[in-house]
Amino acid sequence: MRETITFVLNNRIETVSGLSGDTTLLNWLRQTRRLTGSKEGCGEGDCGACTVVIARPGKTGKTGKTGRTGETGRTGETGRTGDMHWHPVNACILFMGMLEGASVTTVEGIARADGSLHPCQQVMVDHHGSQCGFCTPGFVMSLFAAWCNGDGLAASAIDTTLAGNLCRCTGYRPIADAAAHLRPINVPPDFEAERRATEARLMKKIAHRDTVMLSDGRCRFVAPATADDFTAAYEQTPDATIVSGATDVGLWVTKGHARLPMLLWTGRVSGFDRMKKAGAYWQIGPAVNHAAAMDRLAKGRPDLAEVMRRFGSVQVRASGTVCGNIANGSPIGDLPPMLIALAAEVELSAAESNRVLPLEDFFLDYGKQDRAPGEYVSAIRVPVGAAPHFRAYKISKRFDQDISAVMGAFNITISGKRITSARFAFGGMAATPRRAPAVEDCLVGHPLTMDSFVTAATALEDDFSPIDDMRASADYRLQVAQNLILKYGMDMTGSAVPRLAGPQGVADIAALLEAG
Amino acid sequence: MPDQWPLEDTGTGSPDCTLGIAGDIRTPRRHDSAHKHVAGTAVYVDDIRTPDDTLIVLIGQSPHAHARITSMDLSQVAGAPGVVAVLTHKDIPGVNDCSPVHGDDPILAEDIVSYVGQAVFAIVAENMRAARDALPLAAVSYNALPAILTIEDAMRAGSWLGPAAVMENGDPDGAIAAAPHHLSGRIDIGGQEHFYLEGQAALAMPAEDGDITVYCSTQHPTEIQHKVADALGLASNAVTVETRRMGGGFGGKESQGNLPAILSALAVQATGRPAKTVYDRDDDFMLTGKRHDVRIDYHVGFDSDGRIRGAEFEQALRCGMSWDLSEAIAARAMCHADNAYHVPDMRVISHRCKTHTQSNTAFRGFGGPQGMLGIERVIDAIAHELDLDPLAVRRRNFYPHHTASAHGVTPYGQTVEDCVLQDIVDQLADDAEYAKRHTAIEAFNADSPVIKRGIALTPVKFGISFNTTFLNQAGALVHVYTDGSVHLNHGGTEMGQGLNTKVAQIVAHEFQIDFDAIKITATTTGKVPNTSATAASSGTDLNGMAAQAAARTIKTRMTTHLAGLHECAAEDVIFSDGMVRAGAVRLSFAEAVKACYMGRVSLSSTGYYATPKIHWDSSRARGRPFYYFAYGAAVSEVVIDTLTGENRILRTDILHDAGRSLNPAIDIGQIEGGFVQGAGWLTTEELVWDGDGRLRTHAPSTYKIPACGDRPMAFNVALFGAGENLEDTIHKSKAVGEPPLMLGISVLMAISHALQGLGSADYPMLNAPATPERICFAARRIGAAGFNAADRVPDVSGSGDGNNPA
Repeated sequence: MRETITFVLNNRIETVSGLSGDTTLLNWLRQTRRLTGSKEGCGEGDCGACTVVIARPGKTGKTGKTGRTGETGRTGETGRTGDMHWHPVNACILFMGMLEGASVTTVEGIARADGSLHPCQQVMVDHHGSQCGFCTPGFVMSLFAAWCNGDGLAASAIDTTLAGNLCRCTGYRPIADAAAHLRPINVPPDFEAERRATEARLMKKIAHRDTVMLSDGRCRFVAPATADDFTAAYEQTPDATIVSGATDVGLWVTKGHARLPMLLWTGRVSGFDRMKKAGAYWQIGPAVNHAAAMDRLAKGRPDLAEVMRRFGSVQVRASGTVCGNIANGSPIGDLPPMLIALAAEVELSAAESNRVLPLEDFFLDYGKQDRAPGEYVSAIRVPVGAAPHFRAYKISKRFDQDISAVMGAFNITISGKRITSARFAFGGMAATPRRAPAVEDCLVGHPLTMDSFVTAATALEDDFSPIDDMRASADYRLQVAQNLILKYGMDMTGSAVPRLAGPQGVADIAALLEAG
Repeated sequence: MPDQWPLEDTGTGSPDCTLGIAGDIRTPRRHDSAHKHVAGTAVYVDDIRTPDDTLIVLIGQSPHAHARITSMDLSQVAGAPGVVAVLTHKDIPGVNDCSPVHGDDPILAEDIVSYVGQAVFAIVAENMRAARDALPLAAVSYNALPAILTIEDAMRAGSWLGPAAVMENGDPDGAIAAAPHHLSGRIDIGGQEHFYLEGQAALAMPAEDGDITVYCSTQHPTEIQHKVADALGLASNAVTVETRRMGGGFGGKESQGNLPAILSALAVQATGRPAKTVYDRDDDFMLTGKRHDVRIDYHVGFDSDGRIRGAEFEQALRCGMSWDLSEAIAARAMCHADNAYHVPDMRVISHRCKTHTQSNTAFRGFGGPQGMLGIERVIDAIAHELDLDPLAVRRRNFYPHHTASAHGVTPYGQTVEDCVLQDIVDQLADDAEYAKRHTAIEAFNADSPVIKRGIALTPVKFGISFNTTFLNQAGALVHVYTDGSVHLNHGGTEMGQGLNTKVAQIVAHEFQIDFDAIKITATTTGKVPNTSATAASSGTDLNGMAAQAAARTIKTRMTTHLAGLHECAAEDVIFSDGMVRAGAVRLSFAEAVKACYMGRVSLSSTGYYATPKIHWDSSRARGRPFYYFAYGAAVSEVVIDTLTGENRILRTDILHDAGRSLNPAIDIGQIEGGFVQGAGWLTTEELVWDGDGRLRTHAPSTYKIPACGDRPMAFNVALFGAGENLEDTIHKSKAVGEPPLMLGISVLMAISHALQGLGSADYPMLNAPATPERICFAARRIGAAGFNAADRVPDVSGSGDGNNPA
């Protein structure tokens, strides 16, 4: 085991040791390295002012796309930039140990050797894209990642590319204009080709397959290299906190000010980042992030694609993982209701055991999951088969990067004019994500008519007694959940209501306006 | 609108200046720090390179909305590793107050706490981790007292900061009674968190003689200087406050910077080491005031054509636990109850509610937006009542055009002499094809049961000047060095609005030298004293004039000397194109400067400006508080889903009057940013306190400012081409900081129109912010199609429907 972390920072090799395992990249950059270009705006990965760009080795072909549906003008990044993909991430909730072997580029690291601005910086100057300037480095780095990947700069994709960066001054128009003028260049200019070559060379130079650890004696961050090491470490220290993308655990530290003695990272474990077909299921490993899972999970399920597009931001999806999202059991997580409606399963492993259970049975109560000591979520299994009647509705105050007030995911099968099965799952309606049995009872075996759905909507009151909180009142939650069942019914019975969210919503509205 | 405005100028001069210098007035000069912003080299307070022994300050906050402190044992905190000192009110040698005006904001609580989040003690530690770990070791006991949290609570209990104010013109009761139609109602308007991306931050450094230098993210360095001096028991001359830039202000750094600055300075005084106080986002939300939430009750009488005959508005503002700037904010809310509409017989009553919540403070518009929204709601409701297009009703009620034979007088007695709204609205309605789209939308709605569209055109008339007359003054300091470079300093602060850029353009224009020859420097109380806050949209009006005066003083001295030297008339000394001509002699600016230096001419000057013509009698709520008015209008079109309340802005067109713009790119930026901020206030941004007075939305995860995808899908913004300030302002420009925020009202009114597309005889009575929940319930209340369990229909027309769920 190595007790140092080695990574590339702005194309120089950095080696750190003796740091508390919960040290965040942002604090280290700003306080230790005195690189103050990356800013703290919120400390929870919501504002993007701390955005830096990370390239990781050994993820070829899997992390290539962030699955922006409806996007046009993709330039096919893999052929052009080789195997590398550059992810924007929130440095404020990224632990230092997660950098082992990676390359980090900050806003200080992208100008050319002669000091002149990078195109991603210059375009922001030219379009008056900064006012107070505090959010600007984060925007620049989100643009930089998109520019490097040749992805996410099409007109229909810009809002998604920038959804994880908040600006309070400009109203975004000049920034979006800047992005639109930042044409991806098929052949990187010399300065960039040189930067990338150096980056790849340095990453290769520091690559190794050992388990690493970062510790100051009070808090350890352990990054096992193999599954065996991982389970052994967890068995040995069952009170360790498993970390995948740290988009949740990071907040326990930065917001909850928790002092966690040991963090055990899934991200370095060989094979944990694999998403493979296993029979009729997609088997999603513990370290598969949302960006990597989206495209394949969403195939044939456009609603899942759109909800995942609204899920966090590019930054959050590049860090957060599918298994982590399930394991932490948020009552308002958006994935669980969708995956429950799709009849997904969760696989739990420990040193000597392995079991699989339906996802809806995993969530026991608020913050309590069916996970025994020593067990970890080793996979999520999602049926591969088509789900033509699957729909998902995310209701939140803001379309992009908001936590749902209510999340509804519905899936029926139809035979003739009759509903033969129904899986209705909700988030935000109870202490856990769960199904609505009374609603389902009103539908299964009943004719595919609006009347059936009206009856089902009424029955929802037997399934849920939601609560008031800062996101919505109980009354609204119930009302809108019932209305979602109606909307679903309209869709299934041939009079779908256009959606307002996302690129598809924009396209729907455009069509609507034309027709009107 | 992409490329509507030219990109960065290339130094070829401005369209209306015959001579060419780079970065002249009226050119779209980029922000002076743009290069540093994108490179990450622009320095904010928390970026300042500090000595290794710099300490940090963490505030221990009250968990109670209202309570008596019965005991406080901080010994364990003081003994915790890394903690250097713990401060309580007893450690304040001077005055325990950080308020801007009334002396009612304790720095650290003494025996009573008055809101959840109030500062009770301060930990001074080697680093933030040590301070965070020590925080839970504090043993503070409280006896909870009854808390008044909402406007409703305060009005019922008679909990006010001061007596209600009344503004009255004509005979409102008689005029209302005589009118053929009447309407009464209420609108509840939520508050707004500033959400400047950079939280409050201050760094204090010790100097000799016990002096202190404070680097602070503040709109008001002079006030910081005074409050730090008072708290530490120092003279003002012992405290220097410097502000290079803020990462956003929006009014939230007008008075709210006092607390972190004072605590940092107290820590310096206690330890002899540098100290900084940087709020994290959650602490910032919990500690600082916000835009006031307001309840407005209205009672109006009007004609069959929609002309308002008489009106009464009763405004109740939730001020929070102390005055802060609420008196002036409430006054501005009253002064904008008329917005653009001439109602000769009007009464405005203003209640300043005292509650056990954060002390609400300045926020872009300063009460104006809430005041305006009252009458915009009235216009919308009148149009619904009479089945008229709201735009027709608006036009019918505008103040007379400035060329009209008779001008209108506001409810506070100021004659509106510069109204250009007719021109703006006519042009905007044409350009945006309002009438055609209005018709198309109504046809669309008739055929679309769930999805409804709406459109609204709303005007803004916003008074420019501080309501508090004496604040309307400014100073500047200009040095010209012998190489021809210029050092510029003025009393205004840069928060992203481009003030420094505009003022430098003004000075470049005076000297006729390139923008880049002017060094913009940090605002500091050591150079320009006794300044006002950079607020009330006045930054350029005041400081631009002061800088111009300073430059002109130097220029006059140079002219006199060069005329003598080269034996020509003063009129024949001409500064142009980077050169100075003196009769037949042609010198570079630097040569001219050098010659003046050799001739023993002072090349440094202060400049000073005080706004003329204004006066205000607050006891009678009458006078001429505003030097002039800024005007603008917006058309917004929205689409809503009546089953869910989801909504989206389809298109917004804006025409705004920036007078003769000093910098069209910066002005457009203010308009776009202000509009989106205003739209956010009225749609996604919802502050929620629980029944114990605890703010539950205290981070971007729970408080939703607009994201990139929330800007209008089509967004066309233009400056009013014929705009020119009729008053003698700096190069005939108009202030542009606050007025555009209120263009966002068009979005709320468009949502109301979309709801009216349900065809109900009931008016939607939509409160703000129009979250999906409020829109869905408004639709349900007026009988939208869809599932409707009648026994759960709430009454959303009357008392607040959730602004403050208490």
